[in-house]
Amino acid sequence: MAQTAEKPVMLSEAVREKIRAYIPRYPSKRAVTLPALHIVHEHLRCVPFKAMEEIAEILEITPAEVHDTMSFYGFFPQAPIGETRLWMCRSISCMLTGGEELLAHTCQKLGIRAGETTADGKLTVEFAECLGICDFAPAALADDGRIFGPLDEAKVDAMLGELKRGPSLPS
Amino acid sequence: MADFEPVLSRNWNVPDSHTLPVYESRGGYQSARKALTTMDPDKVVALVKESELRGRGGAGFPCGLKWSFLPKDRKETFMCINADESEPATFNNRLLMERDPHQLIEGIILGCFATKASTAYLYIRYEYINAYRILEKAVAEARAAGFLGKDILGSGFNLEIYVHRGAGAYICGEETGLIESLEGKRGWPRIKPPFPAIEGAFRKPTVVNNVETLCCVPHIVERGADWFKSIGTPKSYGPKLYCISGHVNKQVCVELPLGVTARELIEVHGGGVWKGRKAKLVVPGGISMGFLTADELDTKLDFEDIRKPGCLGLGTAAVTVMDDHTSIVDYLYNTTRFFAHESCGQCTPCREGCAWIYKTMKRIKGGGGRLVDLDIMLQLASNMGMMPGTTICGLADGASWPIRNAMAKLRPELEDYINTHQEGVRQITPLQEAIFAGQLAEPNLISISLPILNKV
Ligand SMILES: Cc1cc2nc3c(=O)[nH]c(=O)nc-3n(C[C@H](O)[C@H](O)[C@H](O)COP(=O)(O)O)c2cc1C
Ligand code: SF4
Ligand code: FES
Repeated sequence: MAQTAEKPVMLSEAVREKIRAYIPRYPSKRAVTLPALHIVHEHLRCVPFKAMEEIAEILEITPAEVHDTMSFYGFFPQAPIGETRLWMCRSISCMLTGGEELLAHTCQKLGIRAGETTADGKLTVEFAECLGICDFAPAALADDGRIFGPLDEAKVDAMLGELKRGPSLPS
Repeated sequence: MADFEPVLSRNWNVPDSHTLPVYESRGGYQSARKALTTMDPDKVVALVKESELRGRGGAGFPCGLKWSFLPKDRKETFMCINADESEPATFNNRLLMERDPHQLIEGIILGCFATKASTAYLYIRYEYINAYRILEKAVAEARAAGFLGKDILGSGFNLEIYVHRGAGAYICGEETGLIESLEGKRGWPRIKPPFPAIEGAFRKPTVVNNVETLCCVPHIVERGADWFKSIGTPKSYGPKLYCISGHVNKQVCVELPLGVTARELIEVHGGGVWKGRKAKLVVPGGISMGFLTADELDTKLDFEDIRKPGCLGLGTAAVTVMDDHTSIVDYLYNTTRFFAHESCGQCTPCREGCAWIYKTMKRIKGGGGRLVDLDIMLQLASNMGMMPGTTICGLADGASWPIRNAMAKLRPELEDYINTHQEGVRQITPLQEAIFAGQLAEPNLISISLPILNKV
């Protein structure tokens, strides 16, 4: 399974190195599948099929095995998502305090449906089941770690303004 | 109990409580020192057994007993820390990790020392982004200070902790789903036996413990089993972090002795029901546990009493309050949608049952319900789960419980809703909607759009 020189590669050497660094942690290489998917997702904002093939090569498993795992989790998009991904909770405590209406409001305001990305590529909005931040219900979470809540329509508008300025770097 | 002193959350409001110097200045890592330098592993197991600490992850299984199931002649043991915390309305593990990560690390050290595990995988749900960052830093700090790594505190005991991130699947909180996911596969729970203690992660004896369970251990080592058993109610000892959310004035997590009543939790700690209203339904421990009605609020929230009014168990002790303006239909619609979304799809009764019940609830909510639907839903619910013996894991029991409770406790309200909500509308599936709108039917739209029996 050696890599031929002319074959175009999707994952840079730096990304491959990051993935390989996880291998000593586990008794099996296959256990690095999720960490690898996360690393690729972080770099490409999606996990295309080609990347799965390359992960499989590094971990010495089949692309089908990587795809099988990847597709079980509703987490890894196949095409790039926005600069920031926003999850809005629709589970019980957020639903009770208005979460579903706020998701509808958000989508209407941005002119997209849940699961879609704004035309400027800045923001992807998805519904989520309980995010474990129910003390902020109704709550939303950005994939850079920012937590928003308790929300109302005005706070959603402010949140969207803030998110459009781009992701915040981890401290 | 006026003289109750919080221990699990005692550092939460101290500035920089997530750092090693602050943790040590508050007496941290003394229990690890004590155990590793003066006790042998079996003694720690015996102590935890004596304390009758029960697992805080949902099942309430005695922790020390679980540890003692490991085969005596094992060569290698793995510890998995369950930080997947996805049961709706639960957030206590998040606070434990964000505000006092070293307490958890100390608990892991003790748990691993007791069970002779030298590798621990902390499986944390992806959405806990801040907790993940804090934990990674804390693990590095602990390693640099010699609390992790080789020959810890000169005891000859080695331990590495690896933080492993999930990818947004509720089922990976089930212990064998977690193990499969850790191994890089889809998070499909395994058929038991063999239990993880015999054959778990990478086919080796494995202990899976919840974050809060392990956080109790340093305090048991420090203060003894008698201290632990002086807190709580018979068979439910120790402190517990209760989460309160929904229709209350204050959505918080509070540490209390096990066995506080739902009423006290709402009135005293949650600041009462919002808008001056009354509570109608109270979910006692995550939505899998069913619910209490207004006249059952004096039930003690511990492992035993909670079963008396027909709840499944204490679960995660995450209390969701619904006021008297809430419709039972909205509550059931929300819970059934959750389980239909999260069923892993391995067992037919769960996969089909959860989806069927959800679609039925959707139709009822939309004004197309029939009285016979209630019987059908109850029949489906009664036949899915580990208790009727038709499924691999307990998700299906949790999915069935809100339905069972609703039929037993609030059937008249459901019947009334159906009788008064006959819109005569045709139910349209998302797929039909897409076709009608001339949009491409995406595969995921098709899979959620299987036709449902639907005569008006
Ligand atoms: C569907 C399902 C989801 C679960 N989710 C979690 C979870 O998110 N966190 C957790 O600690 N336990 C969860 N559990 C319970 C675990 O299977 C297991 O009992 C627990 O982690 C054992 O730890 P403990 O004994 O310390 O409580 C879940 C169980 C089921 C059936
Ligand atoms: S009961 Fe449901 S969630 Fe559990 S293994 Fe079976 S299908 Fe999956
Ligand atoms: S219910 Fe919305 S964050 Fe928990």
